[in-house]
Amino acid sequence: MVWWWAIIVILGTVFGVLAVAALSTMLERRLLGFFQDRPGPNRVGPFGLLQVAADAIKMLFKQDWIPPFADKPVFFIAPIIGFLAVLISFAMIPITPSWSVAGHLNVGLLWVFGMMGLHVYSVVLGGWSSNNKFALLGAMRATAQMISYEVFMGLSLLGVVMTAGSFALSDIVEAQKHVWFVIPQCLGAVVFFIAGIAETHRLPFDLPEGENELGAGYHTEYSSMKFGMFFLAEYAGMALIASLVTALYLGGWSGPILPPVVWFVVKAFLLLCFFILLRTALPRPRYDQLMAFGWKVLLPLSLLNTLVTGAVLLLRAGA
Amino acid sequence: MLGIIRTIWLSFLHLFHKNVTVQYPEVKPYLSPRYRGRIVLTRDPNGEERCVACNLCAAACPVDCISLQKGEREGRWYPEFFQINFSRCIFCGFCEEACPTYAIQLTPDFEMSEYVRQNLVYEKKDLLISGPGKVPGYSFYNISGLAIPGKDKGEAEHEAPPVDTHSLMP
Amino acid sequence: MAKITIDGRVVEARDGGNLLQACLEAGTDLPYFCWHPELGSVGACRQCAVKQYANADDKRGRIVMACMTPVTEGAILSVDDPEAKEFRGEVVEWLMTNHPHDCPVCEEGGECHLQDMTVMTGHRERRFRFDKRTHRNQDLGPFVKHEMNRCIACYRCVRFYKDYAGGEDLGVFAQHNNVYFGRQESGTLESPFAGNLIEVCPTGVFTDKPFSRMYSRKWDMRGAPSVCTHCSVGCSTILNERAGKVRRTLNRYNDEVNRYFLCDRGRFGNDFVNAPSRLRAAGYVMDGRMTPVPPAQALTRFAEIAADGPIFGVMSGRASVESNLALRRLVGEALAGEANVSTGWAEPLHGATMRAVELLRSTPARVATLQEIEHSDGLLILGEDVDATAPRLALAAYQTQRNAFNKLADANRIPHWLEAPVRTLGAETLAPLYIATPAPVALDKAATLSVRALPDDIARLGFAIANCIDPAAPGVSGLGEDETQRAAVIADALLAAERPVIVSGTQYASVALIEAAANIAAALAAKGKAAGLSLVLPEANAAGIALLGGMSLDALLEKARAGQVGTLVVLERDLARQMPQAGFDALLGAVRHLVVIDHSVTPTAERGELVLPATAVSECGGTMVSMEGRAQRFLQVVYPEAPLQVGWRWLRDMAEAAGIQAEIGWQTLDQATEAVAAEAPVFAAIREAAPEAGFMLEGEHIRSQTSRVSGRTAIRANISVHDIPPPFSPDTPLASDMEGSYAVDMPGALVPFYRVPGWNSEQSLNKFQQEIGGRMRGGDSGVRLFPGEVSAGGYVGAVPTRADGRGQTGGEAACLVLPAYEVFGSDETSMASEPVKQRAGEPVVRIGGHGASGVAVLEIGGDRAEVAVTVDPALPEGVIFCPPYRVIPGFATPAWGSLRMVEAEAVA
Repeated sequence: MVWWWAIIVILGTVFGVLAVAALSTMLERRLLGFFQDRPGPNRVGPFGLLQVAADAIKMLFKQDWIPPFADKPVFFIAPIIGFLAVLISFAMIPITPSWSVAGHLNVGLLWVFGMMGLHVYSVVLGGWSSNNKFALLGAMRATAQMISYEVFMGLSLLGVVMTAGSFALSDIVEAQKHVWFVIPQCLGAVVFFIAGIAETHRLPFDLPEGENELGAGYHTEYSSMKFGMFFLAEYAGMALIASLVTALYLGGWSGPILPPVVWFVVKAFLLLCFFILLRTALPRPRYDQLMAFGWKVLLPLSLLNTLVTGAVLLLRAGA
Repeated sequence: MLGIIRTIWLSFLHLFHKNVTVQYPEVKPYLSPRYRGRIVLTRDPNGEERCVACNLCAAACPVDCISLQKGEREGRWYPEFFQINFSRCIFCGFCEEACPTYAIQLTPDFEMSEYVRQNLVYEKKDLLISGPGKVPGYSFYNISGLAIPGKDKGEAEHEAPPVDTHSLMP
Repeated sequence: MAKITIDGRVVEARDGGNLLQACLEAGTDLPYFCWHPELGSVGACRQCAVKQYANADDKRGRIVMACMTPVTEGAILSVDDPEAKEFRGEVVEWLMTNHPHDCPVCEEGGECHLQDMTVMTGHRERRFRFDKRTHRNQDLGPFVKHEMNRCIACYRCVRFYKDYAGGEDLGVFAQHNNVYFGRQESGTLESPFAGNLIEVCPTGVFTDKPFSRMYSRKWDMRGAPSVCTHCSVGCSTILNERAGKVRRTLNRYNDEVNRYFLCDRGRFGNDFVNAPSRLRAAGYVMDGRMTPVPPAQALTRFAEIAADGPIFGVMSGRASVESNLALRRLVGEALAGEANVSTGWAEPLHGATMRAVELLRSTPARVATLQEIEHSDGLLILGEDVDATAPRLALAAYQTQRNAFNKLADANRIPHWLEAPVRTLGAETLAPLYIATPAPVALDKAATLSVRALPDDIARLGFAIANCIDPAAPGVSGLGEDETQRAAVIADALLAAERPVIVSGTQYASVALIEAAANIAAALAAKGKAAGLSLVLPEANAAGIALLGGMSLDALLEKARAGQVGTLVVLERDLARQMPQAGFDALLGAVRHLVVIDHSVTPTAERGELVLPATAVSECGGTMVSMEGRAQRFLQVVYPEAPLQVGWRWLRDMAEAAGIQAEIGWQTLDQATEAVAAEAPVFAAIREAAPEAGFMLEGEHIRSQTSRVSGRTAIRANISVHDIPPPFSPDTPLASDMEGSYAVDMPGALVPFYRVPGWNSEQSLNKFQQEIGGRMRGGDSGVRLFPGEVSAGGYVGAVPTRADGRGQTGGEAACLVLPAYEVFGSDETSMASEPVKQRAGEPVVRIGGHGASGVAVLEIGGDRAEVAVTVDPALPEGVIFCPPYRVIPGFATPAWGSLRMVEAEAVA
């Protein structure tokens, strides 16, 4: 890759992700509205599209207040870590064969998981440095939840990796030329998707931010753009999971007739919509239910998936 | 499990339902005459103030936002001032329910926002309308025992003429 | 005590009472209308029906009227019995058939006994479809409003007005359903107790006219216990306030003093606090004009004034003991020895009042309370028109007649509460009441013997009576035969009585009269009688000032003339009422600076160089000492805005500003009261007059507003929509708002209003008493400061010589002028109250003799005024009875004057 093209791809990805994160807030509010038989925000600009800009302006111009009792450097760094971790993960996503920052990286998936691991720090540091009991409780929940679900997420992917024989995401997409992994790896796909929701602590697994019990969870004390970074990181994370699912299970850019980018965007978009539909439809479980579900259901399922995939591959190789 | 999927499916179907939101202010919603909005003071069929300053609305008000002072003009009681602090009012309608003369009534008007809170304090001149509101025919003094100009003792409904205390008739 | 069973509950009931009383005392809610604790039972309303069972086996029982059935040992009754309930429900329904649809426009609404009882009996819906009977109303004067349609014919009004208060112009007319309670024709109710009809009437027939003009519902008003300041009796009152304005005065039950009733001066006289004559700003004279200034500037001005020579003070009979003590402290250090302070009375009133208080403190007899007067069986009123100077005392005196009836009733074994038989039995009986006054008084009609004589002759009669009772008392020489005989008759009557009481007072400023009264009481005490002495004093806090002590205005004038007075600080007093015009001018001319602290503009304040606005009785707390020696606390009901502050705070600030070491560094009323208590042993008990500001009931201050006070977020919204916290004062134990405790056993001195669930009218008082007509559950209001130690008798005084109405000093034309006090008119502050002023009318001078009435010029010692004159043959020949203060502001009693007719009316 020539260097200028690399820069264009990097910048394009970064700003693309930012735009998608911002617009998905809008998308979420409109869709929630539709699911609830109301129009959603429709006052600012055509179809309410400028609502995003209005929200951004509001967010930027809010007082940036750091609580006097907070641990200031950590308080400051926490949202940046989270935001960067999500952003950097996107480097691995192969949007099209030609548009990808590092889709060919041979440890691509491991990189993504590494970044997701770092994201936990953002949450735990944010909650801890706020010196606020709600924030700390939220951070504790988030940490336990994210670390647990990262396990199932990783395990559920092993089937895909084994089948494709590569950690590079572009290789995985290439491996789905004939059949999307969602069909042979259906169990893994479901587990990965559920774990992805928990990982981004989206509803119904938003216990770290459960507003009716914890204020706003780990970012209770955050305001203005620092809060904005948490906020963007959440929506960017949602987009990341949608992109990952697209790439890992839905054949990424592959599809007939239409150009690859359209296929990728359409698949990711539908997944985003599904995220939002889940938010509308499902109530929040209790925290112990969430953990029990993870360890008692998802873990065995993903192990089973790995086992079966491995057995099939070995049998096929033997045959 | 099926329940969860069904829930998701039903929620999804709502995508294709009609919106129930009315696009206020472009579209004005229909409000029933019994809607509890802006409070008014009405007049009786003769055009006199119906309010007799009995203070029951003020007493019934759970947020204590009504204040008035009784005055008297030729036997008729009336409020010298009648203040409603709409910045406190919760439009519960208890005042209307308590009013023995149908003077205070809630109307289907809710468009009374102000940028300055002080402007939400309504005086009698802001409250008093020129009609009888929801109860056209009623006049309190027609059934009360007080004598007012134009209605002497014994001239109200179901009243006998004043007693002649000198009479010895059984 | 008898044991009776009410609905299966065994309770103790007082012997000799009736079942209604017993039920109420047992805490049962039994409706009633016509019964009243002071007016007895007549069984007119049929409302208090209960079922009585003959014995435990009797299951049927029979309906009886509880108020007409005596308590018997072992009586079994049921209030909840369905039949009795239905009976009561029907009775209310009958009563309501003619009751108009008026409650929203009725002043009684919300505190109406009829409303309470209707709710209590459960009557909700009108079934009566026929016409209501109606009545025309009467104009009953400036105090009472009449709305006859609302009448339920309980007869309480006439029973109070005619039987209890001795009024003659309210009666019952017509018959059956048409009965009409009113006067023969429209006109002002003559009795000075007419205002009690408002509280006595269980519904809205008689309502408060001045209150109606600034009406507020009972639940909306703040209440605070207060003390009436319009005479020296010291009745307990409740003041009601709303939006910074005093709305009305109510009776506050004080079992030893005013009990259930007030006089109209006390009830309607407090409107002066709202009058335009109130002082609202500090000011001083700049370039010959009174200029309002901020308080700080006024105090600076005082500091300048104070540097110019010694400061003298004049105390006030309408200010609290605390304020008067502050004044003493302010002027105390100016000259060594006696404080430079005057009582504010000129001679001879000063001497008479000081002597009266001295005698009250030292008499071997009891200092009679109003209750003791009421229950006396031999009452002598010696030279005091109590009808005018202490109206509530006159009402108590009138009840001695009832005691005579009760004696007859006892003989016939009729219970006292059985009103009609007792009254009938006593119809021919006169009260054991003996009156000796210069002019006829209203009480004469009940008196066994009324003597007409001039004050000195009355004093001689008094000395003679004392001498008759106990020959050790000084005798009187030169008595006529009939005088000797009268003295003997009265002496015998007093000796025959078990609880004789002698009443006199300072009306005629006669030391001899007061000493004569004290001698009679001492003589009776020497004979082993439980004799009482009661001396009416000139002002509400006269006893308080007399206990503090001070010089007379004459002595002050002397000092002023000698140039010794640099600054005269006049505390809440109008000197023009105390001195003749010449003396007043001379005093104000001789002092270099005049500082006036007062709540209203008076002729004295108008001439002040520096005027500071003080709070009136409704706006501050303080203690007054009544003629019974009862220290009583009044609490503020209004939270005044600056610069108004209580007198002692002004005096404290003045002392600070002028750098005077005066020891008035009080911050709260409690500190001030504490200082009073420490001032002299006689004041030691004063701190017990009422609980201090820190007092809590059930962990909270007692609230002064009801829980249903309305309009809190709207009442001042026209000024600002933003709410402000409720006002606070360190001087009162009451919380200023609706937050706080309220219970039937709160201290009697702290009762802000009477209300218990289901009983919104003042009839709820029953629940606050230990027994009906007994002490308050929470204890008494006020504390007696004297008599302390009783000295061993001893007779006092010199017998005066025979009085002569014709002038010895003033030449041929001069007549003796006696002050003819009036219920309405003679009191200073109540005359600033519009309804009282209206009721008082124009002053009329009366002169004994024969001839035509008309308009004349009255001249007393250089002061002259044109005034209407009535010639009255019932008065002593040639003696002028002049209403004090109103015709000629201040004249020393007795004075000599002349009347010159300028215009005579044709005598019809």
